[in-house]
Amino acid sequence: MALTAIFFYLFSTLALASGAAVIVAKNPVHAVLFLILAFFNAAGLFILLNAEFLAMLLIIVYVGAVAVLFLFVVMMLDVDFAELRAGFIKNAPVGLLVGGVVLAELIALLGARVIAPTPASSVASPIPQGVTNTEALGQILYTKYIYFFQGAGLVLLVAMVGAIVLTLRHKEGVKRQSIAAQVARGPKTAVELVKVKPGQGL
Amino acid sequence: MPETTSFAAALPEIILAAGAMGLLMLGAFGFSDGEKSDRAGWTAILILFAAGVALLGQTGTERVFNDAFISDPFARFVKLLVLAGSATAILLSFDDLRRAKADRYELPVLILLATVGMLMMVSAGDLLALYLGLELQSLALYVLAAFRRDDVRSSEAGMKYFVLGALSSGMLLYGASLLYGFSGTTSFAGLAQAASAPGAATNLGLIAGLVFLLVGLAFKISAVPFHMWTPDVYEGAPTPVTAFFAAAPKLAAMALLARVLFDGFGGLFVQWQKIVIFIAIASMLLGAFAAIGQTNIKRLMAYSSIGHVGFALVGVAAGSAAGIEGLLIYLAIYLVMTLGAFACILAMRRENGPVEEIDELAGLAETNLPMAFILAMLLLSLAGVPPLAGFFAKFYVFAAAMKAELYGLAIIGMLTSVVSLFYYLRIVKVMFFDDAKPGFSATAPYVRFVMIAAGLFVLLYAVYPAPLVEAATAAAKSLSL
Amino acid sequence: MIYAAIVLLPLLGALIAGLFGRLLGPRPSELITTSLLVVAAVLSWIVFVRVGFDGETARVPLFRWITSGELDTAWALRIDTLTAVMLVVVTTVSALVHLYSIGYMHEDDSRPRFFAYLSLFTFAMLALVTSDNLLQMFFGWEGVGLASYLLIGFWYKKPEANAAAIKAFVVNRVGDFGFSLGIFGLFAMTNSINLDAVFAAAPSLVGKSMSFLGYEVDVLTLLALLLFMGAMGKSAQFLLHTWLPDAMEGPTPVSALIHAATMVTAGVFMVARLSPIFELAPTALEVVVLIGTITAFFAATVGLVQNDIKRVIAYSTCSQLGYMFVACGVGAYSAGIFHLFTHAFFKALLFLGAGSVIHGMHHEQDMRRMGGLAKKLPITWIMMLIGTLALTGVGIPHVGGFAGFHSKDAIIEAAYAGHTPGNFAFWVLVIAAFMTSFYSWRLIFLTFHGETRADHHTYDHAHESPWVMLIPLFVLATGAVFAGIAFHHYFIGEGYSEFWKAALFEAPGKDIRHHMHEVPGWVPLAPTVAMLTGLALAVVYYILAPWLPAATASAFRPVYLFLLNKWYFDELYNLIFVRPAFAIGRLLWKGVDGAVIDGTIDGTAKSVLWGTGRIIKLQTGYVYHYAFAMLIGVAAILTYFILAGGGGAQ
Repeated sequence: MALTAIFFYLFSTLALASGAAVIVAKNPVHAVLFLILAFFNAAGLFILLNAEFLAMLLIIVYVGAVAVLFLFVVMMLDVDFAELRAGFIKNAPVGLLVGGVVLAELIALLGARVIAPTPASSVASPIPQGVTNTEALGQILYTKYIYFFQGAGLVLLVAMVGAIVLTLRHKEGVKRQSIAAQVARGPKTAVELVKVKPGQGL
Repeated sequence: MPETTSFAAALPEIILAAGAMGLLMLGAFGFSDGEKSDRAGWTAILILFAAGVALLGQTGTERVFNDAFISDPFARFVKLLVLAGSATAILLSFDDLRRAKADRYELPVLILLATVGMLMMVSAGDLLALYLGLELQSLALYVLAAFRRDDVRSSEAGMKYFVLGALSSGMLLYGASLLYGFSGTTSFAGLAQAASAPGAATNLGLIAGLVFLLVGLAFKISAVPFHMWTPDVYEGAPTPVTAFFAAAPKLAAMALLARVLFDGFGGLFVQWQKIVIFIAIASMLLGAFAAIGQTNIKRLMAYSSIGHVGFALVGVAAGSAAGIEGLLIYLAIYLVMTLGAFACILAMRRENGPVEEIDELAGLAETNLPMAFILAMLLLSLAGVPPLAGFFAKFYVFAAAMKAELYGLAIIGMLTSVVSLFYYLRIVKVMFFDDAKPGFSATAPYVRFVMIAAGLFVLLYAVYPAPLVEAATAAAKSLSL
Repeated sequence: MIYAAIVLLPLLGALIAGLFGRLLGPRPSELITTSLLVVAAVLSWIVFVRVGFDGETARVPLFRWITSGELDTAWALRIDTLTAVMLVVVTTVSALVHLYSIGYMHEDDSRPRFFAYLSLFTFAMLALVTSDNLLQMFFGWEGVGLASYLLIGFWYKKPEANAAAIKAFVVNRVGDFGFSLGIFGLFAMTNSINLDAVFAAAPSLVGKSMSFLGYEVDVLTLLALLLFMGAMGKSAQFLLHTWLPDAMEGPTPVSALIHAATMVTAGVFMVARLSPIFELAPTALEVVVLIGTITAFFAATVGLVQNDIKRVIAYSTCSQLGYMFVACGVGAYSAGIFHLFTHAFFKALLFLGAGSVIHGMHHEQDMRRMGGLAKKLPITWIMMLIGTLALTGVGIPHVGGFAGFHSKDAIIEAAYAGHTPGNFAFWVLVIAAFMTSFYSWRLIFLTFHGETRADHHTYDHAHESPWVMLIPLFVLATGAVFAGIAFHHYFIGEGYSEFWKAALFEAPGKDIRHHMHEVPGWVPLAPTVAMLTGLALAVVYYILAPWLPAATASAFRPVYLFLLNKWYFDELYNLIFVRPAFAIGRLLWKGVDGAVIDGTIDGTAKSVLWGTGRIIKLQTGYVYHYAFAMLIGVAAILTYFILAGGGGAQ
């Protein structure tokens, strides 16, 4: 138990620290790297909760795909952070004030300590005994949570359609390869037999 | 296992989602190039119509998918309006986008998907369903706002809407997590239990969660002070898209707000009533006063819609069946008036493109009297001048507020609607008394159709208001504190 | 659904002719609207017999209309004897006018539009007379106003017609303002606008008072007067009468339908329909008598000197409406409605006859350029004679006579029995009857007798109208002759209670009908004597000594001019209302528009604009400003709740 506690505080401290570092880092690449660190720590917290499937998912999807994509984008776009920062500094006092107020209030909320005493008992789907949590997820994802699952699927579809709509362009006058057309092409359309009369040419 | 009845209850949503995907395939592979967008548009309208038919086939109250999805008269009333709003928006989009060379088949697809999101919102019975519906809708709307990607204003509108929308979604999620943390459940029914438990009124965790949740929703309905995106996005987005924004999503978000407050937080009525009153008053005031200085008619409509959200919120604040009835009637009439007004805005077009300045309407009565008349009727109806439809809309919400003894709220509402009359009248004055500018070019037939239909509705609503009022009364019974 | 059919058939016709008129062409439009109206008229007579004689009454709900809080109202048809009488009048005259218009308008290019308007008007009028609640009545009321506006301005290329249409609309608006206030008042007092409920609640309002314009006034008197104001506008009573003569700019069939038989009688109908309210407000009834008397007298005097054939009849209508109001005012509603009923026949007959003359004379309306037409238009002449005999009330006392004899003399008796101070109502009406006789015969003599004053070309080409125009005249003439003697018994005689049942209300103890029978023997003779005197004088003036009129006019020049210029009402109103209004309008759109309205918008109305400017300044366009505003909003709301301890302090 003590070990669990030590790791919990380690992961959560690191997660918060790297989260803060994402915001304050001067170099955008560093910021993304800190983001990745935050993801790793969050994955660690998941493992402490016996949710190893989610932990792996976080690392594979967020670290492996999303964050790396971020990294590429940030490296390719030449964002002038100094300019953005100018406004940041100017507005910092007021921002800090409001932010501070909200933060203080949220901490005060926790101080009230009326967190529902037994959230575990009222959860919609208790963790079934004797199965791995991948299997447990699988058991309810397509049954009990089919509605949410399909809804989330639609959200992703919209994201995909949106990305294509806003970025894909067909340039006029560019010859594009059509593999299907190439494959479908047979002798009938590709070859023309011409009888050339002697001495005349084509 | 979800049973087939669960799916039957969600049949309209399923038709829309499947239709959207099918349409996507048809658009990519099926339609020939020349008429892609037109055909896609008509197919989408057909799909919306089919969903409407499926909707009309439903009766009673059903809670399916573990209470995450509620199909009741309230939901069906709003859904029907949403479907109509979406279909009309598509109808309005044909001509404008073709001329802007932005007529792509993805627009109807995105509108369909957004509509699925809206229907999910209206039927939500769980925080997760709420969030998924909202996000599905919003994401499609972000893309739609930036749909004319070569237009700087459109891209900027999409960008702003996206960033601020993400912020509001973050707040909403934060609120949802607080609520889960303090109640141990995400379903509205469970939340209702927690909210009416003893000590809930002093449970700051719950209340803070409610505040964040409300803030997220207030952003979607563009209530003050979470409205800042509205004028910029309305002005920047392509006009048919703006018409869509102003109509269906507002309705869905408003219905969701009412649903979550009534179904989920009946026990915290005293608390949320204060918030709703606050944002209602702020919205009505800002909508009335900020619109006065506007010269761009789309921006003006943005402020006008902010004001109208305030009026509709008055019905929610009343916290009674009468209030919900008023809200529903308000939304229905608002939908028609807004779409009609935007049809008129779409008709503001000369040879070298659309115009959006109010001054361009000068002397419209001379060049195009029917349009000037219809627009004047719509504007006066928006202002709430009797005996036009808009008057009845306001009448019902204010009557509900008076009954709930919210006299201050009702009086502020009436005063602000007088102020708002001022800027609507200014447009009427420009149209009828200023020296004529050159006439507009011919209006596309569908746009004209929407214009005339909306004009007739606001004019003649007073003759036979019973069906709408009765439907709203029946629908309002689904929600109670 | 015979009742609904009567009301809706004209609407159907109007829709067909209005929407598809251009497609169908003029002739089918005419035939469709006319035949639908004829069907409606036949049905109306069936209903009349059923309701009046078989004692059937009905309330036919069509559909629910407004349900909100205390307001629960349906579109419904209220069928009782009063409605049945009005149905018969409206549909019969309308059907005949439709038929007549086929002939009269045959040169006009936009006949479908004309017939659509006519049918639309008929529908609105039917909706008015069948209304079961005040709001429906108001809708019908406004509907006939609108249709009348369209019909008066039918020849919209004629500036006078446009001006007359607008005048009719505006003057009626004044009356309608009072009417709508009255309806609001009744709703506020009784919490209902359904007639039955209002009537049931009315007795409880007796003696209550309310504050109006700073005065304490009796509720019922005030409401009745406001309602009567509407009636004054619609029925062109004194002070609000100016629109009616001008409305003669419209086509003549329109004048016959709207300005003689139907719309202008709506005021009388309304007072009779609301008799349970008026009966409880004696002061208001006195005002009704007074206004009616003045109108009867005033309009008759003006009618004496007019030269336009239609205007003479128009003033005559105005005057006869005054008679009807007097009857209502003294409580003899049945006599008023009886006169309304007979008047519809003979006045429509006179108008259509005049139309026939105008038609035959190629749109000449000035009687000074007519004369000697009896030879040219013999049938029209006979018809006009019948109409005049009916209007002037020719008959033998205690035996019987033309329609007007029964109804008008009944009103004069009622006026006597009503005991007005000094019997002024009675005497004034008798004098008016004398003048009625004079101007009616003057019209006949000037138009049909003596040497012609028309130019040769017009006179030689004057021709009798086609049969399609004459048949309606025959029908109406039959009514003008027999309507009085046939229905006298039921409307005001012994069959009263059986016929009317509960449709009309009489305050208990007043018993005006009883008093009418007890008047001294000379009273029924008085109108006949007045009529004969008028006839004799007209014969002297226009047959025996044709130089007399001119001599009289020059001898009493100021009086003549005063009458010729209709007591200078138009000039007076022009001075008091129209010119100041125009001046204010100019000020608004020129001076104020520039300085105030635009100024406010452009940024000079300081307080509003200062706020607006602030709000717009907040709208910077920077995303982070917007986000920040949202955060401030969240923080503010959260802070409030945390400081208030969750708001549980409520």
